[in-house]
Amino acid sequence: MVPLLEMKNIYIEGLSEERWNPIIKGIDLTLNRGEVLGLIGESGAGKSTLGIASMAYTRQGCRISSGSIRFDGEELLGAPKERLRKIRGNRIAYVAQSAAASFNPAYRLINQYAEAPVQHGIMNFKKAAKEARDIYKRLLLPDPDNIGFRYPHQVSGGQLQRAMVAMAMACRPDLIIFDEPTTALDVTTQIEVLAAVKHIVEEFNTAAIYITHDLAVVAQISDRIMVLRYGNLVEEKDTREMIARPEEDYTRRLLAVRSIHEEKDLSQSEKDVILEVSGVSASYDGKSKILEDIDVKIRRGRTVALVGESGSGKSTLARVITGLLPLSGGSISYNGNTLPIALKGRSKEMLRQIQMIYQMPDTALNPNQKVSKIIGRPLEYYFGIKGQKNDKKVFELLEKIELSEKYFSRYPTELSGGEKQRICIARALAAKPELIVCDEVTSALDQLVAKEILKLLQSLQKEMNVSYLFITHDLATVKAISDEIVVMLKGKIVEQGTKEEILAPPHHEYTEMLLSSVPEMDPDWLDCLLKVRKESGKLSSMIEA
Amino acid sequence: MKNILELTFKRLLLGFGTIIVISMLIFIGVEALPGDLAEAILGQDATPETVAAFRAELKLDLPPHVRYVEWLGNFLQGDLGNSLAGDRPIAEMIGWRFSNTFFLAAVSTVIAVPIALILGILAALYRNTAFDKTISIVTLSFISFPEFFIAYILIALFSVQFQFFPSIANIDDGMSLFEKLHSVLLPSLTLTMVVTAHMMRQTRASIINILSSEYIEMAKLKGLKRLRVIVVHAFPNSLSPVINVVALNLAYLVVGVVIVEVVFVYPGLGQLMVDSVAKRDIPVVQASGLIFAVTYVLLNLLADLLSIVTNPRQLNPR
Repeated sequence: MVPLLEMKNIYIEGLSEERWNPIIKGIDLTLNRGEVLGLIGESGAGKSTLGIASMAYTRQGCRISSGSIRFDGEELLGAPKERLRKIRGNRIAYVAQSAAASFNPAYRLINQYAEAPVQHGIMNFKKAAKEARDIYKRLLLPDPDNIGFRYPHQVSGGQLQRAMVAMAMACRPDLIIFDEPTTALDVTTQIEVLAAVKHIVEEFNTAAIYITHDLAVVAQISDRIMVLRYGNLVEEKDTREMIARPEEDYTRRLLAVRSIHEEKDLSQSEKDVILEVSGVSASYDGKSKILEDIDVKIRRGRTVALVGESGSGKSTLARVITGLLPLSGGSISYNGNTLPIALKGRSKEMLRQIQMIYQMPDTALNPNQKVSKIIGRPLEYYFGIKGQKNDKKVFELLEKIELSEKYFSRYPTELSGGEKQRICIARALAAKPELIVCDEVTSALDQLVAKEILKLLQSLQKEMNVSYLFITHDLATVKAISDEIVVMLKGKIVEQGTKEEILAPPHHEYTEMLLSSVPEMDPDWLDCLLKVRKESGKLSSMIEA
Repeated sequence: MKNILELTFKRLLLGFGTIIVISMLIFIGVEALPGDLAEAILGQDATPETVAAFRAELKLDLPPHVRYVEWLGNFLQGDLGNSLAGDRPIAEMIGWRFSNTFFLAAVSTVIAVPIALILGILAALYRNTAFDKTISIVTLSFISFPEFFIAYILIALFSVQFQFFPSIANIDDGMSLFEKLHSVLLPSLTLTMVVTAHMMRQTRASIINILSSEYIEMAKLKGLKRLRVIVVHAFPNSLSPVINVVALNLAYLVVGVVIVEVVFVYPGLGQLMVDSVAKRDIPVVQASGLIFAVTYVLLNLLADLLSIVTNPRQLNPR
């Protein structure tokens, strides 16, 4: 049988600094009809580039320099543009990472659904609209008859992502490229989209290439997995085989990524509360409350993980604690003294004691300042350390974050994502804070890099006895480093306690939902979970409510 | 819909405030002109008594703020006062001239806006090609020349050399629409050349900006034709900044035509204003200035509203 897609000896190059550099270095990829192939790797591995190259498409500044791409027996490389246009969207469809950015904001969902089939001359709008409703229904979208008439900004992120999966199905393609379709979603929403993808692919016997950095996710969907690194193929195997018996060291490390663990004796710090949030509520517009009646205690040297989905108010709580957003009710006390609610009212000493590390190290560092200036500034501001002494301290801090001295005079653009985040950590440490608020600090990083950052934070805590308020939506991170857990939902605290208390059953209903939604490496995990949830009638009911 | 009405109301209030401020500036500016109106009109031979009497008649002896309030009050009631020079009602003098100016602006708009948008779209579609660069060079050259220079070049070419169009653009009510168009073509071409570049550059930049967004990649990967990607997916989303530049340029067509009207001796408001400044006919200058201001404010208001109407996020809240 001729495979549906056969890519041979593919070389792809990218233009940077006026030179063509290799991105994909001679990879073969074969896909049969109805088969699902997982492409995994960290950022920069070339997985997206390879995935979309199957449509003979490259992004701006890239080119396929050699190789062969045969789709259904037809060579696509070098085929006329008009021919490629007729295949794209029609026989090969694409599902992007961010549905919010990939839907045109100016048109209703159903018009965007119908566009490809109508433009490719497959059916008229009326028929396409009818089919759209049918597919919306199969994907369990709420109000499938009318949801298509909404604009993209009028539906939630998970719904939009499912609408994009529906849109990809519009022409009943032979192949769909899924480019990290769940990466930007919350765990509970991720389940819905994964279920939708799996359902559609099985029902229509569509072949798919599923691109992701998350092995556990891809294990649920794919028949076969290819692991990529630096544009090379590391390993290719049947999914179950890959999970059970990875051969390469790199694959093993990816598999082991969720396994940091540490036990800490909490008895000593029980009484040593440094920050106490009591009865706090807050709002952006003065009307709707984003936070309601929040009570949290942070003890010295402990890590409190604040868990919740997007919109649960966890970042807002961080803004209230740091004073960026004045609270509208309740109080925050620090070492027994009430903190002024607004940033302006806080003394330099108060500001020094609470530092912050942000989600996006790219935007948190001034691109025009060297590392020495970035780390040296808080030293000068809080302690008045200048000149050579300042440089010396910066070197000490660089050593603490495990970066060599040569980083001293670099600019942020010369650093990798993980290195940038380390600089952010050093900047926070420079103020010698007692509490560091970490807002999703690992979510923009690759898994292996994230693991290193978490380890670093742990060892710094041991050394300096600093407390962390760790905001995250990633439960694997929570399991790895927290001492206490606070679960938030819609601006309220659902449950809180030590890690042992929260992670051991019985759980609160919502905590249970969150915990069970974290993908596991077991390829049968999704099927089992969906079955259980279907029986208990809980699938997505909580989130939609 | 409710949002739009509310917003329109707010913007109208704001626009009204702007006009009040402008009216003060105009009044102060005219007040600051050197020399005395009465003396200027009566000539050097006038006795101090006649000058004083004339001043009293014109109420020039009253303090400025009193005159300002009275002037503005009358203006808001539609009474523009009388011209000093000819002692005719200003409304009568301005009315038909304003509609002439407006006619010229409208003709220029009808020529310039489609040209600018189409050139902008084409330049974005074929960006960084020889075509794109040629368009940029040509349109940018036109705005780099002073308007009167372009006007005289056009006159030299089309009315002196080839005698296709009149060099004096005179229109009156007796002319048919075609005759009027024939008459105003050279001044409108001049104006078109002056305003096209801005609008075209903005359209190009705005579309190129949108072309790098993910929904455009999605549109391409849906296998849509290139023209459809640009016209259906990119253009509507790039409208908002384009509308603003277009409105600014339209306002310029009404307000900034003074030079072109003078060159072509066109009977419009700009011409009148220049004449009146020369004649020290202050009420006319003030009234024309204020009318220009109102036009400007209204066009910008319209641009704001159009930007909202073309944005589904504003139109269809969650």
